[in-house]
Amino acid sequence: MSNEPTLRKNTTQRANGNVILDVKDLRTYLFTKKAVVKAVDGVSFFLRKGETFGIVGESGSGKSTTALSLLRMEPKPAGRIVGGEIWFYGENILDKNEKEMRKIRGSRISMILQDPQTSLNPVFTIGNQVSEAFTVQEGRKNNQGTLLQRVIDLLRKVNIAAPERRFSDYPHQMSGGMKQRVVGAISISCAPDIVIADEPTSALDLTIQAQYLRLLREIQQTTGISIIFITHDFGIVAKMCDRVAIMYAGKIVEHGPVRAIFNHPLHPYTHALISSVPRMEARVERLFSIPGQLPAPGEMPAGCRFAPRCMYADDRCHKEYPPTFGGLSEHTEHTTDCWRLEDPTWEPKSYSR
Amino acid sequence: MGTEILLQVNNVKKYFPITKGLLFVKTIGQVKAVDDISFTIGESETLALVGESGCGKTTTARLILLLEQPTHGEILLDGKDIYALQGDDYRRYRDRVQAVFQDPWSSLNPRIQVRDIVAEPIIVNHKLSRQEIRDRVEKILVDVGLDPVHADRFPHEFSGGQRQRIAVGSALISNPQLIVLDEPVSALDVSIRAQIMNLLRDVQKQYHVSYLLIVHDLATARYMAHKIAVMYLGKIVEYAKTEELFNNPVHPYTKALFSAALPSHPDIQREEIILHGEVPSPIDPPTGCPFHPRCPMKIGTVCEKEIQTLRCKDNTEHWVSCGLYAEGRPEPETGRQQ
Ligand SMILES: Nc1ncnc2c1ncn2[C@@H]1O[C@H](COP(=O)(O)OP(=O)(O)OP(=O)(O)O)[C@@H](O)[C@H]1O
Ligand SMILES: Nc1ncnc2c1ncn2[C@@H]1O[C@H](COP(=O)(O)OP(=O)(O)OP(=O)(O)O)[C@@H](O)[C@H]1O
Ligand code: SF4
Ligand SMILES: [Mg+2]
Ligand SMILES: [Mg+2]
Repeated sequence: MSNEPTLRKNTTQRANGNVILDVKDLRTYLFTKKAVVKAVDGVSFFLRKGETFGIVGESGSGKSTTALSLLRMEPKPAGRIVGGEIWFYGENILDKNEKEMRKIRGSRISMILQDPQTSLNPVFTIGNQVSEAFTVQEGRKNNQGTLLQRVIDLLRKVNIAAPERRFSDYPHQMSGGMKQRVVGAISISCAPDIVIADEPTSALDLTIQAQYLRLLREIQQTTGISIIFITHDFGIVAKMCDRVAIMYAGKIVEHGPVRAIFNHPLHPYTHALISSVPRMEARVERLFSIPGQLPAPGEMPAGCRFAPRCMYADDRCHKEYPPTFGGLSEHTEHTTDCWRLEDPTWEPKSYSR
Repeated sequence: MGTEILLQVNNVKKYFPITKGLLFVKTIGQVKAVDDISFTIGESETLALVGESGCGKTTTARLILLLEQPTHGEILLDGKDIYALQGDDYRRYRDRVQAVFQDPWSSLNPRIQVRDIVAEPIIVNHKLSRQEIRDRVEKILVDVGLDPVHADRFPHEFSGGQRQRIAVGSALISNPQLIVLDEPVSALDVSIRAQIMNLLRDVQKQYHVSYLLIVHDLATARYMAHKIAVMYLGKIVEYAKTEELFNNPVHPYTKALFSAALPSHPDIQREEIILHGEVPSPIDPPTGCPFHPRCPMKIGTVCEKEIQTLRCKDNTEHWVSCGLYAEGRPEPETGRQQ
């Protein structure tokens, strides 16, 4: 199967301007005793400078494995990147050795995890951990006075009140929202090019989440970093992202500018999923509900991964994975992997709501 | 809808003592987990309790399930005080009020066949023959969308959504009047949530059962509930019919909560009411209105010192507890303030 999108309407050409990360046909497999889990199975996407790119999908779809692969931190010992390319400023990350990777991790691409508990060390103070982040990246050349001041400034930047006092707190003395902001501080301490945020707010309350999302946006506006936002929540995508990829069972099934995806979802899975989410803004008579369940890892359908649940599936869908169709809905960057798009006029039926 | 009142919660408080010392235990304070709340649930009606972590939702549920004793106040089911029930009445209460919890992985006993999990509520108290029980279980399994052929399997052989169906089946089998649903879909995958939400709505109609639904997701509350109570620090700050609440939220906390909810489309731009700071501790809650330290609209002593109670707004069924709506004050303009 070729890697370039098959044309539907227009020519597919993506403006190459400002692309800093270009992932091509990435495959990360997990070799477990029971089976080979194709957690990431031919994933391609790119990221521009200063933009927020969302990867949205249900549990087990391969979002975290994709993110970890970008840093060459695929789950060990089972995980192995078995194919693809990850171009970062013109260099393939998959060609780097461990020493070169250590330089990239943290200082050029950093990661915020879902659970701040696991990212902060319980036995060190907050100030300790933030200054450690500076020294790891810059060596011990800083003098202690300026280092302290920089740590305090950084904590203030992520809205920690009275950072001079909070500095000597231990993680357990802080609330979940505060801890997540400290983790955010560490992740931007080195002015990276890319921050990968893996469900950073799913453990937070609504009003605390709103504070945190606003903070991320402000940081992005002042520093121009690019963000890869991993989530299972279309609301986060609507609020935060410029472009989005929808993952299902190790594949990106649809990919495009956020408005194109919300206004004109073309993959039957994306379309059904958006119709199955209740809305806060309007009364919905009856939600569409997708039948069946997610495929078990190691028991992937041979053809389209969504075929067993898809109302449009035919024989070929069950046997052969579809090509990627591009240039959809007037957006050159909108792509979808679905056989139905061979017909240039095809659209999913709208569900009554 | 909800003409006959089924459950009545009147001025209920639940304070947990904070103790110190191992040998000589001393009470040094109290966690005001639930602090003087009142609401009703009608027959075949869903009331949603919404609010952020720690506001007292689960404690309220546990009080209704007789898992906690209230510090003050009363809870009536069909007009009878549930804490005064004795003997048969007490045992029957367990059939009449059931529960489904968030996590379908930990809430089902892994060593018991699905058939017996579902049958459990009718095995002890009901004098039913084995065949009757078998028939009931199979009917319920069909009603919750499972294949009765799988009744002999164990929970681990089912997916999360199917396990939640099993839990709903078990909750329904004794023909209860009320089911407490504590975050019933939040642990499930997005594509599975709509299945369970629709199932809950369908069996509500079929079995004429009422729900107390605990959720933090406002969109889920709007889809599922007939009435909503918004809680903050152990108190109900606003309480109204679902559509009324969403069309016309008046409490500053409700407004902030609604504005913090994620939009369903990128073009939806909401006024951002960003609250500063975090929810204070229920151990030493603020005086006056519990929300006043973070409230962008507070007005001096009324909010800071005076205890606000739920007050019915211009004779609608819309209740609010807020200094702006205190007795004797002209009612503020509704709609978006600020
Ligand atoms: N260390 C591991 N060993 C074996 N299998 C793994 C391991 N880590 C992940 N997997 C499997 O790889 C697949 C992809 O997992 P991944 O964590 O990337 O999904 P995800 O989209 O991040 O899901 P979630 O939303 O639950 O975080 C899943 O089937 C998962 O079971
Ligand atoms: N047994 C207990 N002893 C002491 N404090 C308790 C006890 N149970 C609950 N609390 C406290 O009471 C308050 C309300 O807790 P509750 O579990 O009812 O909140 P909740 O609204 O269900 O929160 P969440 O959304 O996180 O589930 C919290 O501050 C909690 O720490
Ligand atoms: S390829 Fe076939 S099964 Fe897959 S989404 Fe398209 S129509 Fe459905
Ligand atoms: Mg993950
Ligand atoms: Mg709770």
